[in-house]
Amino acid sequence: MELLVASGIGILTAGGIYLVLRLRTFPVILGISLLTYAVNVFLFASGRLAIGAAPVLIDGAERYTDPLPQALVLTAIVISFGMTAVVVMIALGAFLGSDDDHVDDPAAEDAT
Amino acid sequence: MSLFLIVALPFFGALLPGLMNSAGRQACAGVTFTVSLAAFIGLLTNLPAVIAGDLVTARVDWIPALGLNFTLMLDGLGFFFALLILGIGLLIIAYARSYLSRDDNMGEFFTYLLLFQGAMVGIVLSDNILLLLVFWELTSLSSFLLIGYWKHLPEGRQGARMALTVTGMGGLAMIGGMLILGQIVGSYDLSVILQNRDLIQASPLYLPALLLILLGCFTKSAQFPFHFWLPHAMAAPTPVSAYLHSATMVKAGIFLMSRMWPVLSGTPEWFVIVTTAGLITMVLGAIIALFKHDLKALLAFSTVSHLGLITMLLGTGTAFGAMAAMFHILNHATFKAALFMSAGIVDHETHTRDIRRLGGLRHLMPITFTIASIAALSMAGIPPLNGFLSKEMMLEEANHTVLFNSHWFVPGLAVFGSIFSAAYCFRLIGHTFLGKVRDDYPAKPHDPGAGMWLPPAILVVLVITIGVAPFLAEPFVKLVTASVLGDTAEVPKAYFKIWHGLVPALYMSIIATVGGLILLAIYRPALRLWDGTPRPEAKVIFEGLVEAIVRVAKGFIHGMHNGAFSRYGAIMMMTVIIAGYYAWTTGTVGTATRTMQPVTPVVVAGWIMLVAATIGMVFLHRNRLMSLILIGIAGLMVSIGFVFFSAPDLAMTQITVEVVTIILLLLALNFLPNQTPIESTVMRRFRDSAVALAGGLATTVMAYHFLMRDAITAPISEFHLANSYKGGGGTNVVNVILVDFRGFDTFGEIIVLGIAALLIYALTETLLSGPVRARLLNRTPDQPRAGDMHPMMMVVLTRVMMPVVMMVGFYIFLRGHNEPGGGFIAGLVVSIGVVMQYMASGFNWASARLRYPYHGVIGAGVLVAGFTGIGSWFVSKPFLTSDFTYVRIPPFEKFELATAALFDVGVFLAVVGAVMLSLESFSRLARRAQVPDTEHPMDIDPSRSDPPDPALTTAKEGV
Repeated sequence: MELLVASGIGILTAGGIYLVLRLRTFPVILGISLLTYAVNVFLFASGRLAIGAAPVLIDGAERYTDPLPQALVLTAIVISFGMTAVVVMIALGAFLGSDDDHVDDPAAEDAT
Repeated sequence: MSLFLIVALPFFGALLPGLMNSAGRQACAGVTFTVSLAAFIGLLTNLPAVIAGDLVTARVDWIPALGLNFTLMLDGLGFFFALLILGIGLLIIAYARSYLSRDDNMGEFFTYLLLFQGAMVGIVLSDNILLLLVFWELTSLSSFLLIGYWKHLPEGRQGARMALTVTGMGGLAMIGGMLILGQIVGSYDLSVILQNRDLIQASPLYLPALLLILLGCFTKSAQFPFHFWLPHAMAAPTPVSAYLHSATMVKAGIFLMSRMWPVLSGTPEWFVIVTTAGLITMVLGAIIALFKHDLKALLAFSTVSHLGLITMLLGTGTAFGAMAAMFHILNHATFKAALFMSAGIVDHETHTRDIRRLGGLRHLMPITFTIASIAALSMAGIPPLNGFLSKEMMLEEANHTVLFNSHWFVPGLAVFGSIFSAAYCFRLIGHTFLGKVRDDYPAKPHDPGAGMWLPPAILVVLVITIGVAPFLAEPFVKLVTASVLGDTAEVPKAYFKIWHGLVPALYMSIIATVGGLILLAIYRPALRLWDGTPRPEAKVIFEGLVEAIVRVAKGFIHGMHNGAFSRYGAIMMMTVIIAGYYAWTTGTVGTATRTMQPVTPVVVAGWIMLVAATIGMVFLHRNRLMSLILIGIAGLMVSIGFVFFSAPDLAMTQITVEVVTIILLLLALNFLPNQTPIESTVMRRFRDSAVALAGGLATTVMAYHFLMRDAITAPISEFHLANSYKGGGGTNVVNVILVDFRGFDTFGEIIVLGIAALLIYALTETLLSGPVRARLLNRTPDQPRAGDMHPMMMVVLTRVMMPVVMMVGFYIFLRGHNEPGGGFIAGLVVSIGVVMQYMASGFNWASARLRYPYHGVIGAGVLVAGFTGIGSWFVSKPFLTSDFTYVRIPPFEKFELATAALFDVGVFLAVVGAVMLSLESFSRLARRAQVPDTEHPMDIDPSRSDPPDPALTTAKEGV
């Protein structure tokens, strides 16, 4: 199970990095979204994996999940929506303004 | 009056001139004068205590942990400087009232002036060196504003920038020096530091501290080699020059040297550095001043020269030197302020300050002539004026000073400088006022109104009074000297008098005066010689230096920050690799403490779907719609994973965020190209894949490593689990953490979310008001549009759904404290419900029914959360302390009322507002680009009798 989660995180990361490196706005946004999943799951996993543990306090529960990473990830998910929205807006503005959806400045591209 | 009030008055008073600006110039100057006068009188009320030798103090702990306390103290030295600052300040305010023209914004001027005044008073009254530094930097800033007051003049702006750069750099050095000093003594209180002379001078850090502090003093007091900024600051209006360069700003460095005199002086290092710098400055300033043709430039360099004189006196480290320095500070402030104001009068009346274009003003401006002449003669050191007295003391002290093993070095240079000093004073009188009346003045000169000549006249009266009756000033100067010396030395017995007998100092004075007259007689050849001598131009060097630094900074910043996303990515990756490598090499890896949990087929299926979706995205990302579907699958699998691993809150959040994100991306995709063309080479793609695989592998290994090991120490979650119900009153620990334990975090997060939404809104506004708007209007959609954009089925369905969604949201919100749910999730759910209305019925229809703007909803959310937090202050608890109670209203069951729920309402509102504002902004963009939609919810509505708009129909068919 642990291996599956770890490899899932890894695959999401790899996909995210590859898409980000495409350097066009839409793939970059998709890549960042994949990286967000990866990071959130990674953070969540820092509470270790608990299957079938009680998430809320109930009488007679033997073990509980670690609530702290969950709380952190919960806000992270919401904030990452805000971030994605801003990035999308900037991408849109840049594309509509210049008809070019490359992420790097053209000048910098010429230089490289 | 309390010292706090004296310091605070100018700062608070600085608000008034701006407010009074529209009430007229008289009111504006009047209110400024009143504020200064109040502070001045407040200062005088402390005079009896100061005379009695008491230390008046006021203390409030500000940041005790840093040793930074708001402590003020008033002794003789502080009183003396505060008296100069406030007293001359009053005269300057009166003078500026008449000096400033109608075009100048008087409120702005007096605001800056009062800020500066407050900062200066703060410096001289501070008892804490950190507090002193704060005021020190404030004087640099406010003097920058004052010097650059005439923003339309490039010289003014350049001069202000130069002054800020030089004094600011010095201030930075001084911060270092003061911190070292504080470290040596173990306290940042001046009164403590001043008691520890031996400790400081024995410390190996004495020399660095001394050098850094002196750097601050020398830059501020324009000592060689930092003297060049002062003349350039002359581009300021004359009242500013008179104020900054006679009594205040440039004396701040002198003040600090006097303040630190008991602990820093008396060592060979102090003696050599301070005396030499002072001596060079004095001679250099005097020589340059003689050959300046601008009245103010002449006075500026003479100020530099006199500051050098005072510095030299402080440098000698003897009690007599310190007393002479204090006396000269007083005298210099009186005659120099009078001279600056006279120069201002000449400039104001004749419209020129060029000495070569002046002359013969004696008959035209008799009052100004009298004032300026007396002040200049005093500066030249002619008896019976006050300048003579302190200059004699200086020469006397110089006579006893042995520098570089030479008995002649200091006295010789002092006389040499005095000759030039006398010469420029005579030149000022002779070439400006004496001589024949000319007929080519730029304006017809005459004496100004009393408002302008009275302030310098008052000072000149002082010049004569102190000169004729020095015994009046003697007790005061000795009082000040006593507080400079502290316990280190006795106040000298010497009496202040004009006639000391035939002492060497008298002969030196006579040589200086006669030499000055001779020098003026041979002025023309001397000027030719001066003009013929090549010399470095400080401004050019300074600007060259600044440009070089800017070039280096530019090279560095443009290299790091070239606007290319890939460069930033690379920098970040390198940092991660280096940090990772460091962690790997310095840390140890323990053995696995957990056993792998078994896998079920369902889990594997979920994993396969996630992996397939991710890999699919990598290969199919060129088809953008397809990749949206795939990322939806990935998000869904992550959500299910959260459920599986016992995190229902996360799953609910993830799945609702997923919905809004997909809507958002769809809106964006509407404008972006549908396909990504292949443009990277195979090599490039190979490289990227390698980087991606390496990154993925690294995360896998790391995640696997810590998943197989327990935490080294017990996680703090134990505390949250134990206290969630007892302290927070909720059984859903995740929610209690969000709204209670870490409520402050959440508060910050909703603010961030709100800011993000407002940013999106602002960007949309900018886009829609710029050239993009036209582009959008002319844009033809690259995909065929639906004929029926708002089908009836969908409209009806979403309307039916709306109350249900609201109900679900409400339910999720209410149960949040005890069961999975809460403000975040409820907010997202309700947002989806509202977004559905937009999608189904169209933007116009939906926004026409919007009663509250989303900005307001965000603001309300943040305010509700904030006030909930503030509420706990009323019961003397820290911010965001929560409370709860259980109520029972028959026939319902017992239920809980918690302040945390109110906080959660804030979270809920902020989330709804932020999500809706973002999506609405996007759809506003979308609306611009398409055919304007109607106010009707449905395009085809059989119950509507009016025929469809023909323009609309054709437009659609055209697509």
